[in-house]
Amino acid sequence: MSRLTEKARDGALKQVGTRPLRPDGIDKVTGRARFGADAVAPGMLVGKILRSPHAHARIKAIDTTKAEALSGVKAVITADDFGDVDESLTDTLHNIMAHGKALYEGHAVAAVAAVNMSVARQALKLIEVDYDVLPHVTDVEEAAQPDAPLIREDLLTVGVNPPATKPSNISARHEFGHGDVGKGFAEADIIVERTFRTEATHQGYIEPHSWLGSMGPDGQAELWGCTQGHYMVRDTCAGLLGIDVSKLRVTASEIGGGFGGKTTVFVEPVVLALSRKANRPVKITMSREEVFKATGPTSSSANRVKIGITKDGRITAADAELFYQGGAFPGSPVEFGAMAAFACYALENVRAVGWDVLANRPKQAAYRAPGAPMIVFAVESVIDELARRIDMDPVDFRLKNAPKEGDRSSYGPKFGPIGLIQTLEAAKAHPHYSAPLGPNQGRGIAAGFWFNFGGMTCSNINIGNDGTVTIAVGTPDIGGSRASMCLMAAEEFGIPYDRVKAIVADTSALGFNDVTDGSRVTFSSGYATIQSARAAIGEMCKRAAQIWGIPEEAVDWSDGHARPSGPNAGDFEPLSMAEIAASAARTGGPIAGHHEVNVDGAGVSFGVHIADVEIDPQTGRSTVTRYTVLQDAGKAIHPAYVEGQYQGGAVQGIGWALNEEYIYGEDGRLQNAGFLDYRMPVASDLPMIDTQIIEIPNEGHPYGVRGVGETPIVPPLGAIGNAVSQAIGLRVTETPMSPPRLLAMMSSYREAAE
Amino acid sequence: MVKVVLWGALTHATNGEAELDLDVRTVKELLTRLETDYPALAPQLKKGVSVAIDGQIYRDAWFAPIPEGAEVFVLPRMVGG
Repeated sequence: MSRLTEKARDGALKQVGTRPLRPDGIDKVTGRARFGADAVAPGMLVGKILRSPHAHARIKAIDTTKAEALSGVKAVITADDFGDVDESLTDTLHNIMAHGKALYEGHAVAAVAAVNMSVARQALKLIEVDYDVLPHVTDVEEAAQPDAPLIREDLLTVGVNPPATKPSNISARHEFGHGDVGKGFAEADIIVERTFRTEATHQGYIEPHSWLGSMGPDGQAELWGCTQGHYMVRDTCAGLLGIDVSKLRVTASEIGGGFGGKTTVFVEPVVLALSRKANRPVKITMSREEVFKATGPTSSSANRVKIGITKDGRITAADAELFYQGGAFPGSPVEFGAMAAFACYALENVRAVGWDVLANRPKQAAYRAPGAPMIVFAVESVIDELARRIDMDPVDFRLKNAPKEGDRSSYGPKFGPIGLIQTLEAAKAHPHYSAPLGPNQGRGIAAGFWFNFGGMTCSNINIGNDGTVTIAVGTPDIGGSRASMCLMAAEEFGIPYDRVKAIVADTSALGFNDVTDGSRVTFSSGYATIQSARAAIGEMCKRAAQIWGIPEEAVDWSDGHARPSGPNAGDFEPLSMAEIAASAARTGGPIAGHHEVNVDGAGVSFGVHIADVEIDPQTGRSTVTRYTVLQDAGKAIHPAYVEGQYQGGAVQGIGWALNEEYIYGEDGRLQNAGFLDYRMPVASDLPMIDTQIIEIPNEGHPYGVRGVGETPIVPPLGAIGNAVSQAIGLRVTETPMSPPRLLAMMSSYREAAE
Repeated sequence: MVKVVLWGALTHATNGEAELDLDVRTVKELLTRLETDYPALAPQLKKGVSVAIDGQIYRDAWFAPIPEGAEVFVLPRMVGG
């Protein structure tokens, strides 16, 4: 059933699609906005976490007596300070505080709360941990070997037939696809098969995790900090601490970036456990080194892709095998990689098999379209090679094989209305695609896909006595969502944007809201906001009907006014929102609207990226000279923020492709846990990222919204890889495509040629 | 009767069967039936799954109707960043 409104279908939206200033802008540029580390409380203590220096070690004993005896130390905790938890929370608990074994360098083993940072640091040095260092493994392919050091002695692979009987580091096998790939490859004229490797990268958010927590002897607790989902923080911490959900109130601060990395807990339960023991508020702010070593980067991966085509460019079969390590716990996003791998192609014969591998690295966390960029790099590279082999334009090749509405996706279900073909056609028509290239330059194109979803969502709308509007949502604003909520409410009410304000409410104010992830907020909170506005409009129509003494059904709403719906309704002057609101006390009380929903109908989205890269043949240094993102947004509520998502995703993907990587030493320790040695692109490294918004409405949303936040990070690895490969004349199969790696490739080739 | 397709990681619990014909009318009936017929699926079902009905993906929607003849896919529980 379509939810698309007529005015959205007719292109008659008045405010949606405009570009007003963001409501949080002044606070952010003047420093008035409060982020996680800005939280303070009377009597606040400083928390610090002791972390394992070893990649893998049994913890034989922890002696905290000397630390506890140090003047100024108010609490010391270890795993013993947490009780039994529900099985669904065991891995989370064991990640935030090691239980019996340290599973990666940086794994928390104890924590202190002290009167100041100096005392806290001294206390950490006084905690004596007796380790039995164990063999470790950090490489995904080595970890998948049967003789690799075992991270869990009891882990049996699920999803294999016959069932596994011997423990390994592989937690699961996932398979998706349909048809017969063997038959498809037999029909192929040309087959390309290659293996690709990607290193782990970090979301690189500017703001480190920071939380202030307070828990009193009556069991009442509060948390303030930065997260993508404060309801998730509340429920997880309540479970880990063994307290009632209703006794923990969590307030989300402004957030200095998340990108998926703040969709789980790290220091939040530790802060609460310290506060419970010290009976004082405690704040922990991670250092950048801690962020790198102890929060969730992406998986590293090794992926084999095999695609067969006919001479005229039709894909006959596609097959992939993915190995993703997700750190020391099960749960890499390999199944989503396997599902997304071939989603940009309509295929009769397709298979993708994913292996979830454990390694002695921090537990991975989501990062924009989790699992997709790595395998799509591999697939789009092979597609590019095949198109070149038959001398076919790479966009035409993709158009020939692109899915449309009703086609079966490579992961199973059939697609609804989608915009990949329109996006590819727009890419081909874009001036960038036909612009001339200079010496040592290459142009790459790649497509990408992400699912998007809806989820649990609540919204409240209160009408002030002057007719202005306050929206409360429960989804932290990580991409300009408050502006989008205001636009959608203003559209429904028919009032100016600046008469609407949106806030992110704390966990006590609204029902449960899922995390801000899955590109879901503009879709889901937007849907709830629209429904809340309609509820409030219904109430205002009712009040107007009572004032006029006519039936409710005889009142319409348009342009911020209640109006008699026709000549039979009577001859009354329209009543404005301000007039109705001003009389609220005399007509029944405050006017509000609310909506609670587990919303479905989020539309999938596709993007196409064009990248020009120049390679210095002497040094291997790469320069992105031009970059264009084209993506189907369904409907861009606030186009400037949609463009911002496109640009941000592209930049993060470019960093992943060219420079970013987790570098581990032989000792299993991270060698580059800081922004000096972990090289992220900054504004001066890149050209302005050009964007083009395609709008193929999603029928599941009143205005046609699709999620836009994650898809933009999916194509860049492939687009950059294809550009670099063209520039140097050699196929690049590993990320990052850093200067040393490219120089080595070019040197080897030259030496071989000589 | 509807055709239900399971993703590969679940087939260890169904004797390798990836496609099942089931007489179910809602997502809740589907999940209950899967757990009853294949008890080894219980841990994954408890962890959460997504269910695609005729191309529309649902997460945690017990009462979403499954029309007669629908095409149903049981997929991993959708996550995002």
